[in-house]
This record gives sequence, structure tokens and C-alpha cells, in this order.
Amino acid sequence: MSGKPYDVEKGDGVHRGHPVTVDRYTLAARINHWITAVSLILLALSGMALFSPQLYFLTALFGGGQITRAIHPWIGVVLFFSFAGLFIRFWKANLWKSEDGTWLRRIRDVLAGHEERLPELGKYNAGQKFVFWGMSFLIVVLISSGIVVWDQYFYPFTTIEQKRVAILIHALAAVAIICVWIIHVYAAIWVRGTIGAMTKGKVTGGWAWRHHRKWLRELVGRRTTRTPAE
Amino acid sequence: MFPPAPNPPIAPTPAKFGEKDLIRKSASSITPASPRQTEVAKLIDVSKCIGCKACQAACLEWNNLHEEIGTFNGSYTNPPDLTPASLTLMRFTEWVNPETDTLEWLIRKDGCMHCEDPGCLKACPAPGAIVQYSNGIVDFVHENCIGCGYCIKGCPFNIPRISKVDNKAYKCTLCSDRIAVGQWPACAKACPTQAIVFGTKDEMKNWADGRIKDLKSRGYQNAGLYDPPGVGGTHVMYVLQHANTPQIYAGLPKDPTISPVVEIWKGVTKYVGFAVIGIAAAAGVLHHLVAGPNRVSEEDEENAEKLTGSDRT
Amino acid sequence: MTNSWTDIKNTDLVVIMGGNAAEAHPCGFKWVTEAKATRGAKLVVVDPRYTRSAAVADYYAPIRQGSDIAFLNGVINYCIQNDKVQWEYVKAFTNAAYLVKDGFGYQDGLFTGYDESKRDYNRTTWDYQIGPDGYAMVDETLQNPRCVWNLLKAHVALYTPDMVSRITGTPKDKFLKVCEMIGECASPTKTMTSMYALGWTQHSKGSQNIRTMAMLQLILGNIGVRGGGMNALRGHSNIQGLTDLGLMSNLIPGYLTLPTEREPDFPTYMASRGFKPLRPNQMSYWQNYKKFFVSFQKMMWGPAATAENNFAFEYLPKLDVPAYDVLRAFELMKQGKMNAYICQGFNPLQAFPNKAKLAEALGKLKLLVIMDPLETETARFWENHGIYNPAEPAKIQTEVIQLPTTCFAEDEGALVSSGRWLQWHWPAGSPPGEAKTDVWIMAQIHLRLKELYRKEGGAFPDALLNLQWNYKDPHEPSPEELAKEMNGYVVSDVVDPNDPTKKLLEAGKQVAGFGALRDDGSTACGCWIYSGCYTEAGNLMARRDNSDPGETGAYAKWAFSWPANRRIIYNRASADINGKPWDETRKLLWWDGARWTGYDVPDIAPTAKPQDVGPFIMNPEGVSRLFARGMMRDGPFPVHYEPFESPVANVIAPKVRGNPVARVFKDDFAQFAEVASPDFPYAATSYRLTEHFHYWTKNNHVNSVLQPEFFVEISEELAKEKGIAQGGWARVWSKRGSVFAKVYVTKRIRPMLVDGKTVHIVGIPIHWGFVGAARKGFPANQLTPFVGDANIETPEYKAFCVNIEPTTGPVA
Ligand SMILES: Nc1nc2c(c(=O)[nH]1)N[C@H]1C(S)=C(S)[C@@H](COP(=O)(O)OP(=O)(O)OC[C@H]3O[C@@H](n4cnc5c(=O)[nH]c(N)nc54)[C@H](O)[C@@H]3O)O[C@H]1N2
Ligand SMILES: Nc1nc2c(c(=O)[nH]1)N[C@H]1C(S)=C(S)[C@@H](COP(=O)(O)OP(=O)(O)OC[C@H]3O[C@@H](n4cnc5c(=O)[nH]c(N)nc54)[C@H](O)[C@@H]3O)O[C@H]1N2
Ligand code: HEM
Ligand code: HEM
Ligand code: SF4
Ligand code: SF4
Ligand code: SF4
Ligand code: SF4
Ligand code: SF4
Ligand SMILES: [Mo]
Repeated sequence: MSGKPYDVEKGDGVHRGHPVTVDRYTLAARINHWITAVSLILLALSGMALFSPQLYFLTALFGGGQITRAIHPWIGVVLFFSFAGLFIRFWKANLWKSEDGTWLRRIRDVLAGHEERLPELGKYNAGQKFVFWGMSFLIVVLISSGIVVWDQYFYPFTTIEQKRVAILIHALAAVAIICVWIIHVYAAIWVRGTIGAMTKGKVTGGWAWRHHRKWLRELVGRRTTRTPAE
Repeated sequence: MFPPAPNPPIAPTPAKFGEKDLIRKSASSITPASPRQTEVAKLIDVSKCIGCKACQAACLEWNNLHEEIGTFNGSYTNPPDLTPASLTLMRFTEWVNPETDTLEWLIRKDGCMHCEDPGCLKACPAPGAIVQYSNGIVDFVHENCIGCGYCIKGCPFNIPRISKVDNKAYKCTLCSDRIAVGQWPACAKACPTQAIVFGTKDEMKNWADGRIKDLKSRGYQNAGLYDPPGVGGTHVMYVLQHANTPQIYAGLPKDPTISPVVEIWKGVTKYVGFAVIGIAAAAGVLHHLVAGPNRVSEEDEENAEKLTGSDRT
Repeated sequence: MTNSWTDIKNTDLVVIMGGNAAEAHPCGFKWVTEAKATRGAKLVVVDPRYTRSAAVADYYAPIRQGSDIAFLNGVINYCIQNDKVQWEYVKAFTNAAYLVKDGFGYQDGLFTGYDESKRDYNRTTWDYQIGPDGYAMVDETLQNPRCVWNLLKAHVALYTPDMVSRITGTPKDKFLKVCEMIGECASPTKTMTSMYALGWTQHSKGSQNIRTMAMLQLILGNIGVRGGGMNALRGHSNIQGLTDLGLMSNLIPGYLTLPTEREPDFPTYMASRGFKPLRPNQMSYWQNYKKFFVSFQKMMWGPAATAENNFAFEYLPKLDVPAYDVLRAFELMKQGKMNAYICQGFNPLQAFPNKAKLAEALGKLKLLVIMDPLETETARFWENHGIYNPAEPAKIQTEVIQLPTTCFAEDEGALVSSGRWLQWHWPAGSPPGEAKTDVWIMAQIHLRLKELYRKEGGAFPDALLNLQWNYKDPHEPSPEELAKEMNGYVVSDVVDPNDPTKKLLEAGKQVAGFGALRDDGSTACGCWIYSGCYTEAGNLMARRDNSDPGETGAYAKWAFSWPANRRIIYNRASADINGKPWDETRKLLWWDGARWTGYDVPDIAPTAKPQDVGPFIMNPEGVSRLFARGMMRDGPFPVHYEPFESPVANVIAPKVRGNPVARVFKDDFAQFAEVASPDFPYAATSYRLTEHFHYWTKNNHVNSVLQPEFFVEISEELAKEKGIAQGGWARVWSKRGSVFAKVYVTKRIRPMLVDGKTVHIVGIPIHWGFVGAARKGFPANQLTPFVGDANIETPEYKAFCVNIEPTTGPVA
């Protein structure tokens, strides 16, 4: 393995200690992430309120149907831009690598928590990459279909038939992204120690060793190469 | 002559139908009261219409609507499309009959058809924003409307319009407020030629039969009644000279049905959507129960310390 | 109308030609839809444009504007050639058999007696041969070559289908199809109704257009019968009433005429009015003229009108010219000879031809008074509205006074419909602001003028000072008081000459009808034809009983129909010479052996024997006229004349320009485009749209929504030739002015082939101006020529020439 260690991002770093701590997200990245997360939750709540009469009561959270209808697309816009921020930050680290294939093939071991039977991984595993690219794709689908059905501003630009297709796609994409989000959140919960990455910005060295050893090695190596005097 | 429109009684009359007569209510399930009221209908005889727009003016006046003064745009159709303030609109089409090579000026009064199976109502996400009375009238209840525009997508006739002012959907009410007190719709009352008449749906069908016979005797072999079965029939019907090609009347759909896309969107998507989301969530919970948390071990930490050389300090 | 709106439901064939009833009379049009729906009647529309009426017609034929006489003469010719004649009717009820004087003749577009320098005819030869018994001579066998029928036959022979098509541009097959449909109505059991309006009147030969159809209707036996008739669709809701009461400057109420300068005294005046019968046993109703006239004078001047002073005949103005019509008024204004003008419910700057000339004329007035509920262009003629009204206020010295009036919906009174029905109405709202009724305003003017004359005297104050003014509130006579005057009342008791104890008429009572009027001053009546509308039985105009025995469409107890509550005039002609109805299923009147009975008030003495007295009692002949004698200024038979501005020369009389006796003022001639002028190659016409009423509904928001902006209509062919886009801008100009308009490129107008030449038509709606809620635009009358009909001076709004080019729209 040679070349630039692209899995390492700006702000990542290792701190010796007991335990070792590893910087995984800068403050900016974390703020960015949580804006995105909150937007998506609000979107899901407001969207689902319209999606089904059983959930229409959710409009109360937003101050009524009219407001729910009006702000949902605006939150969508916020989501789009904030996710775009995440995308710029993380896209490189989410590029596909050969070990991801191996990881996937051993998905049973992944689910069983047999980390030891998996290849060493960079900053993200294939599952996270799937979430990342899934979110990216669905958000593009959602914003484009969302704009088509955003009648308040964009009514004249499409035909009714196009709007019908768009709202269907939007609803399907919404369902899909909610599922992806569930996977994402579940993974964060299941893999203990992960939430801290997005809250405190740090993980323990053990966490990094267990789940993203290659990334950890790169970080350590980079530090070594950077400061040969040490 | 069809018996003319009744005149208003001086004394206030109680409404003939209301909340208890609903058979459909958007985004809600209700148990309709039985028996149903007699179905009503408005019959628009295109062959009698002279395009005078008295109906259009009456609609503006009765419903107290303020339409903008537009511009001329190459037709007598003014404004050029339905708007939240123009619940009805005379659409003029210059059509050359290919069989006889003669010009016909087809003038159709556009507006809500009051479908028996209303696509607008099916699409509406807001409980009670669209209701249907057991006499067939489909009405928008503006307090409940959230302005999402789903009704536009649901309607096979491209009828509802959202107001920029209050973000609510508007369409012809069939003058439900007038009908409730034994009046004819304002447009029907204003029509000078009885091109619009009003009554029970059966009466209207019978009356249409006579009109169709007359038209056939004048050489309109394809004269007929427009009461499209695809939407369960409508409570606004047309007598057309060329019922075999309704599209020539400014795009009146030939076999309107609620779009299959809308059916999928409002039908299977909901179930599949919930199912998929439910499965995803359940799978997570299940997995956790089975596999338990994925914890970092002491060993892992030590390995990390070794790697970083923390163990040496 | 000879018949009524409701009677149209009885017809078999509706011919809308020279009008656009669906568009301009949508409510009356319901009776056409009714005839179609319940009787299977057919509707034919003949119009330069495919109109809203055509949209519901069974057959539409295009015609070039201004060529209806050629068309209709052609139909008459067709009927004669193909024996589509209701012979019994023609022989018994028309003057077909009457012999015409030998001196009378017609050649190359002119009748005998034409004087080119006067642009007028000497009409003495246009009359019957009078026999030694003093009666007109007739040949019942129709063999005599000088009988009207044979002269007519020869006169229309020229108008063959080919010739008609050459002149009118109507394709021959379409013309023949219309002929065929019309020809069927020659049967005594089939009737046709003619519905017309401005498409016929607004021509320099407007009266003759109508006359031609009237002749055709007589030949088909359709006058006086249910579902037949000549049905003029009147304009403003009460224009019929206005006409009845003397709209024309040479008339006084009830179609009595003002004296002329050549009739300075009463006997001379009466000598040419109470026509003697021209046939034995005949009744000539105008023999009652003196009763109506004297009663009118008594209503006006009360005690000041006495037998001694010839019932104040002196007080009437004597005309020095045939008429002071609007065209003449504006001509005089322009010449500085008329200095003050009162416009009451009239917007002449928009309504009359050649706006530039009108504006110039108004600017020369000292005083202009406007009585109107709304702001009008005329009231604002001096105001600069850029290209829409390029006036220069600094140069205009006219004092303009606007007096706000109420409108029809805010006051009470009767409106007279086209069907001659006087229908009383009540106010629907109260007037806003300072608006006052017209009656109040006029009463004020009257009282103040009277006061001025009383104080200061004047050249001849008597007529004004003695004007009877007996109203409870002299400041505002009530509609009821005025209506009662119209009806007439008894001034002094009239006793039975055989039994002086028996009062025939009692002073102070309302008369029961014009039959009671007398020529000795014992009765007064404002308008004899209205007599019977407000009797001792009350206000008959306010009746709202819609019972209709026999479902004849007469509705005899609904309101009041003049004259004498008669619903169909000449109704005696609905039965044959023996008094038996032509059509049992459509009977109206019949002779029961002793008198006339039926569903309508007989238009004849109830006991006049059928074989004795003819049905047309207003004519001294008792029959109707296929030959008009000297009654029309432009000929006893109709002749096709081109409009003054025409894309082609007159095919049948190339040397005759326009109607040879139409009145044209000198300066205006110079403002006409040459015949077939390449500078103004297109035939224009102006007309109405349902959405607007003339120039005042553009003040109304809803109307302005329904038709917001000025446009012109042209064919796809012309649009292509000129490169004009659908909905794009064009400039249209005539020799008198220029307008900018949006363009409606339509299939409803097609170019016509006229005498081998393609003629394009430009249609111009009349409704826009520089005042109101709708978008600013131009009136059609910026373009129209200042020339009127030969008989009644209606301007030639319907046929003139223009040019057109694409443009980018007006720069204000
Ligand atoms: N909506 C509406 N209704 C109105 C009015 C209005 O302003 N608006 N005005 C009222 C008044 S005052 C009047 S007088 C009536 C007028 O009623 P109409 O006479 O029916 O009205 P117009 O539109 O002036 O003209 C009628 C038709 O004549 C056609 N025409 C023009 N020239 C010729 C010709 O030479 N021959 C034939 N055969 N046809 C020709 C025109 O194309 C037009 O379609 O309408 C009354 N009703
Ligand atoms: N080119 C062209 N010109 C035409 C015609 C055409 O076909 N082509 N048609 C001609 C014909 S037929 C006509 S009738 C004229 C119409 O010409 P006008 O009669 O001048 O037109 P209107 O706009 O009807 O004007 C009537 C006025 O009366 C006012 N009014 C309404 N109610 C009352 C009332 O109770 N009292 C008073 N004092 N005023 C009242 C209205 O506000 C309005 O301003 O136009 C003529 N001009
Ligand atoms: C309550 C909701 C959420 C929680 C608890 C959560 C939690 C986390 C955590 C713990 C991480 C760090 C994982 C790691 O570093 O391995 C993370 C990463 C990330 N999250 Fe979330 N997240 C939530 C919602 C979202 C949403 C809605 C989005 C996007 C629409 C999102 C996008 C991402 C991305 C892009 C990353 C970086 C990992 C990658 O690029 O694969 N998260 N999230
Ligand atoms: C990204 C930009 C987005 C835009 C512009 C957008 C816009 C819209 C619009 C205009 C509507 C119609 C209702 C309304 O006007 O409020 C809608 C409905 C909806 N949106 Fe979005 N949206 C976006 C993102 C999302 C996301 C991320 C989700 C899911 C989490 C979502 C879920 C939904 C749902 C479930 C509906 C209701 C669909 C139905 O009723 O069947 N939207 N969206
Ligand atoms: S806009 Fe239409 S679909 Fe949406 S809530 Fe209102 S009525 Fe229902
Ligand atoms: S026509 Fe459209 S708006 Fe009217 S009831 Fe049918 S679906 Fe609803
Ligand atoms: S029924 Fe009433 S609301 Fe509907 S178009 Fe007619 S007037 Fe308008
Ligand atoms: S009022 Fe009647 S005739 Fe007039 S446009 Fe409407 S439907 Fe047609
Ligand atoms: S004036 Fe009004 S009521 Fe009379 S015909 Fe015209 S539209 Fe009808
Ligand atoms: Mo008129």
C-alpha cells in the first residue's frame, strides 16, 4: 500500500494516553453533521405527516398543516446544503477500496461482531460508505423531486403528470432515506463508542483499532513521518 | 323548455344537507349515513352554449371573487386558465371538422366535474379539507386545507388552483351553499339559453337524451352525454356534439380516470413505505437482541496504545 | 319587431343576418334555442365573421359586409324563379298587382328622376297609376307588365346566383343552400323569422337592407304570423322607448312628424298626413293622425293649446333641413355653428365616426354638459392620454360640466324592449353620492329656464312659459305621473251625442286606449302608441302574469305591448283572405263569421270583414308594399350599392359611388379612401362583444376581466401574408386615423373572393377607450367614415377600408 493516505482527513489526529484518543471530527464537521441530522428528522416528521393521515397529527409539532406544508421544503433546502457540506468533507474517505469488497463478502461476520475476521479498514467501512452514498443519492433525488412538487414557487415549470411522478418518487425516496437513516443510527448505537465521534469528536484508540485499524495506522504513521524528531 | 330556476324564498331556509350527509372526507375514514340523498347534477349543453360568459360573471359575483384584469392573448378565453378566483371558465376552440371541412367554434364551460370518485379527495392529505356529500357534490373546506396542491395532482381534469394569497385550494363548489337552500347554481341561473340546467342526476340524464336526439337529427351522429365512468360518473355532465372525441373541446379527457401514478402513490406506496420502515427498525432491534452491543475490548485499547507507543510512556 | 321575443319560439327557421343575436342579445337569444330545441327549428347565420350566433347555427354562410342587398335580391330572384312564393298571401296582402306609373324606370343603378347636383331624386314617378275613381289601379292576374310583381321580377333578375357570389363573396353553393332553406318557408305552414340589427342598419343603404328582407318575408307570407316577422333587435335596453318617444330630430312621440319650414300652418301640415285610402273599403289608420297630434299638443301645453290657436301648432319648431341628426350636429359644431351641447347618457366621442373630427368639433364648443352616472371619454375629451387621446388641454376653451345621474337600476319606470313591451321596473339600489335622476336634473333646468324667460323675456318665450308642468313635486315629476301622461287622460267631459246625459269620457280619467283620443282638445296624450299602458285599471306595464293560453308565446297579461297590447302587429295577416289561419297549429287570429277573435288583439277593426279590409291598415292601400312608392329616398326597389369605402367597384353599376343619395358633407368626401385603393386594401367592419356594453362596462371590473384588452380579428391567411403573430401587436389605419391593437388570428374570418379579387376582412370590436378599469385602448371610431344612411342617417360603421401592419405595440 503506497501513495497518499487519503483516508486521513484534516483534523484527524492521534493522542497518546490511556486510553489513546483519536480525533475523528472537527467541531465544524460535527456542527455540520447535526444540522443535517436535525433537518432530516424534521423533514421526516413533516413529510410523514403528509404522507399518511395516521401521522397527520405530527403537523401539530410545526404549528399546523399550513406551516408544515410551507416549511418542509425549506428544511429540505437546508438539508441539501448542509449535507453538501458533509459531502465535501467526507467524499474522499468514502471512496470504494478493495478491502470493502472483502468486508462485504464477510457481512455475516460483521453482523455477528467478529471484527477479527474482517480486513483492516480505513476511516469508514463499506456499510458507512453505503449510508454515505445512499444518503447522497437520495438527497439529490429528494431535492429534485421536491422542487417539482413545490407548487408555491415552481408550479408552472412542469406538467401535472410530471408532478404526479415526482411526488411518487419523492415519497419512495423519503421512505428509502428514512430506512438508510435507521441503519445509520442503529449502526452508531450498536457499535458502542461511535456516538462520541459525533458528539465529542473523539474516539478511543481501541475503537479505532477495532473498527478502522488501517486509518489508525495511517494516522500514527503520518504523525511519525511528520515529526521524525520524535 | 326546462322548468326555469326557482327564485329564492324570502324566509331563510335550513340547509338541505350538511356534515351528516358526507360520504367521503379526505384523509379520514367516515361511516356514511344511509340512505344517500338523491344525486344531483348540473348539465352543460355545449350545443346550446353561446359563450356569453354570463355564467362566468355570475360565478365571480356570487362567490365574491376578485379576478385580475389580464391581457388579450389570442382567444376569447379570458383569463387564459382557471385561477383561484375563476372557478369556471369558458374555453373557446376553433375546430375544423375533418369530415365536413366546416369550422365549428366549440365553447366549453370548464370547471370542477364533481366526480363520483374524486381524485382530488383521494390525494388530499389534510383530514376534512375535501368532502363529498351524499348528493355527489365535492366541496373544499378551506379551514382544513393546507395548500399542498395534492388535489391538483389527484384531479384528472386539472381543476383545483391554489391561491397565492391564502395558500388554499379553490374550485367550483357546485354552489353547494345555494343548492342547500333549494337554489340552482349561480352559473345555471344566469345562463340565458338553458345551456346549463340543474336537477337530479336522473333528470339530467333524461333531459340530455332529448338533446342528443335533437342533435342527431341535425347530423351530429356522435352526439352524446359526457358522464365518464372512469371516475364513477360525474355530477357535472356535458352534452357534446362530438362525444366520441371529447379532447377537441379544449382537451376534455376522453376516458378520465384517477392517474395510476396517483393510485400507486396513494395506495400501495403507503403500505409498502410503512412496512419497509417498520422492517428496518425491527431488524435493528432484533439484531441488537441477538448480537448484543459491539463493544471495544481492553485488548483493542492496548493494541492501540501499543501502536501509538503510549504503552512506552 | 313586428313580433316579440317570446314569439320566436314559434318559428321553423331563424335567419340571423345583419346582426349577431347570440352576442348582442344573449337573453333574447334563448327563444332561438327554444325554437331549435322544441320545434326542431333551423338557424342560419349570414355574417362576414363566424360569430357566436354561428357557433350554434345549423348553417353558416359568409358574406362580404355591405353586400346584403345583392344577396337578398338574389334570394328573391331564386324564390321567384323556383316558385317559392306564398301566392295567396302575395296576391291578397301585398301590392304585387298594383300598376306603377309609366314614367318610372331603373337603369344602371339609378331610378328615374336622379339629380346629381342635389344628390337626390325627384320621386313623382315612383307611384301607382291612379284610376278615374281616385283609387290605385290593379291587375289581379299579374299579367300587366307595369304591375309591381313584373317590375320586381325584372328588377331582381340580374341577381343570379353567380352574380350574387361575384358581388358578395359568398360561395355559390352556400348561397344556394341558404336559398333552399329560406325557400321552404314559402309554405303557409312554415315560417321564418328575420333577426337583424346593425349589420344591416349601419350602412349608407341601411334602410334598404331591411326593406329587402321585408319584401322577401312578404313573398314568403311571413309577416303577421306566429314565428315570422321582421325582428329588429334593438340596442340599449330602452332604445325602443327612446325611438318611440322621438329619438329622431324630425319626429315627435309616436312617430308623428315635426312640421318643416314648408308647413308653416296647421292645415298645410295636416294636408300631407291623414292619408286617404287608396282602395275601396280600405281603412287608412293614419286618418286618425289629427286625434293623436292634437292630444299630444294638449298634453304639452294644456289650456294654452286651444282650437283657436290650432292647438299651439305655432309652438312647434319648423325644420329647415330634413333632420338634425348627430352627424349634422357635429358637422355644425365643427363649423362653429353649434356652441352648446348636452350629452345625456351618450358618449359620442366613442360612439360616432371619425374620432378626430369629433374631438375637433367638441373643442369648438363653448359649453358641454354631460349627464352620466360614469366617467366618459366625451367628458374627458380635452384631457391628454398620450397616444390614446392626444388632446392639448391648453388649446381647448370648452367649459365642461359633469352632472352625475343615476342609472337604470337605481330608478323606476318602464323600459321598452325590442318586442315593444313596456315593462315597469323598480329600483334595485339607491344612487351613490350626489347622483340625481335624469328627471330631477331636467326639471331643474326646465324650471330655471322658465324663470329666466319669465324675468328676461326673449324672442319667443311662449312655448316654454306655457309648457304644462302639473306635477306634485315640480322639482321631480314621478315616473307614474309621466307614464300617466304618456297614456293620456280626459281633459273635459265628452258626452254621447245621442244622449247628452251619458258621459262617454269623464274629465280627469285616464283614457283606455288611443281609440278614445279626440281631435277637439278634449283628450291629452303624450304618446298615442303607448295609450292603454296606464289606464283606470292601473299600471298595466307592471303586470307580471305569465299565463299564456294556447301557449302561443303572446303572454298577453305580461306588461303592456304597444300598440293596444298587441303582441304581433299586422296579425290579421296570420289568416287567409277568408279569415282562416294559414296554419292551424299556429293560429293566432281568425274570423268567426262576425268578428276577429283569437289569442292576440286584432290589428284591424274587430268587425272589419276579411275580404273587405286589408291587414296593413297603416298603409292607405291596406296591403303591404313590395314597391315602396316614394317612401324611401333611395328607390322603391332595393339596389346593391357598394359602401363609400370599398375594396371593389360596384359590379352592377360601376359608375355609382356608394348610395347615390346618401348624405355626405363636403369635407368628409375628401376623407374617404378611393374605391379599390391599394393604400387601404382591406375591408373592415366594427361590432360588439358579449362581454362589454359599448364604452361603459369597461368601468366594471368583472366585464373588464372577461374581455380586458382591445384587439382586432384577422384571418390566418392575412396574418401570414403580413407576418402578424397570434396575440401580437398590429397597427391598423384608415384615411382618418390609426390604432394599435392586439391581433386575434382566427379561422372565423376567411378571405373572400369578390369579383375575382381576394378581399381580406379586418374585424374591429368597438369597446375600448381611455377611461375605465379595462386596459386603455382605441375606439373603432378612430377609423370609421363620417357618412350616414340615405334615409335615417345611421353612420356607415360596418363597412370601410383599412390597412394593417405588424408592430411592437404602442409607445404611450
Ligand atoms: N354585449 C352587448 N350587447 C349589445 C350591445 C353591446 O354593446 N354589447 N349593444 C346593443 C346595441 S346599442 C345594439 S344597436 C345592438 C347591436 O346588435 P348587433 O347588430 O347584433 O351587433 P354588432 O356586433 O354591431 O353587429 C352584428 C354583426 O353584423 C355583422 N356585419 C357587419 N357588416 C355586415 C354586413 O354588411 N352584412 C351582414 N350580414 N352582417 C354584417 C358583424 O360581423 C357582426 O357580427 O346590440 C345591443 N346589445
Ligand atoms: N364603429 C361603431 N360605432 C358605433 C357602433 C358600431 O357598431 N360601430 N354602434 C353604434 C350604436 S348602435 C350605438 S347605440 C352607440 C352607443 O353609443 P352610446 O350610447 O354613446 O354608448 P354607451 O356607452 O352605451 O353610452 C351610454 C351612456 O349612458 C350612461 N347611462 C347609463 N344609464 C344612464 C341613465 O340612467 N342616465 C344617464 N343620463 N346616463 C346613463 C352610461 O354610463 C354611458 O356612458 O354606438 C354607436 N357607435
Ligand atoms: C440522530 C441521527 C444521527 C445520529 C445519531 C448520527 C450519528 C452519527 C455518528 C455517530 C457518526 C459517526 C460515525 C463514524 O464516524 O463512524 C455519523 C457520521 C455521519 N453521519 Fe450521522 N447521525 C445521524 C444522522 C445523520 C443524518 C441525517 C445524516 C445525513 C443525511 C448523517 C450523515 C452522516 C455522515 C455523512 C457521517 C460520516 C460518515 C460517513 O461519511 O460515512 N447522519 N453520524
Ligand atoms: C431535499 C429537499 C426536499 C424538498 C424540496 C422537499 C419538498 C417537498 C414538498 C414540496 C412536498 C410536498 C408537501 C409540501 O409542499 O410541503 C414534500 C413532501 C414530502 N416530503 Fe419532502 N422535500 C425534501 C426532502 C425530503 C426529505 C429528506 C424527506 C424525508 C425524510 C422528505 C419527505 C417527504 C415526505 C414523506 C413527503 C410526503 C409525501 C406524500 O405525501 O406522499 N422530503 N416534500
Ligand atoms: S391543497 Fe388540496 S390536497 Fe392539499 S389540503 Fe388543500 S384541498 Fe387538500
Ligand atoms: S373534477 Fe377534479 S377537483 Fe373536481 S371532483 Fe373531480 S377530481 Fe375533484
Ligand atoms: S356552480 Fe357555482 S361555483 Fe360552480 S361554476 Fe357555477 S357559479 Fe361557480
Ligand atoms: S351562460 Fe350559458 S350560454 Fe352563456 S357561456 Fe355560460 S353556459 Fe354558455
Ligand atoms: S342587457 Fe343584460 S339582460 Fe339584456 S340581453 Fe343583454 S345581457 Fe341579457
Ligand atoms: Mo345601438
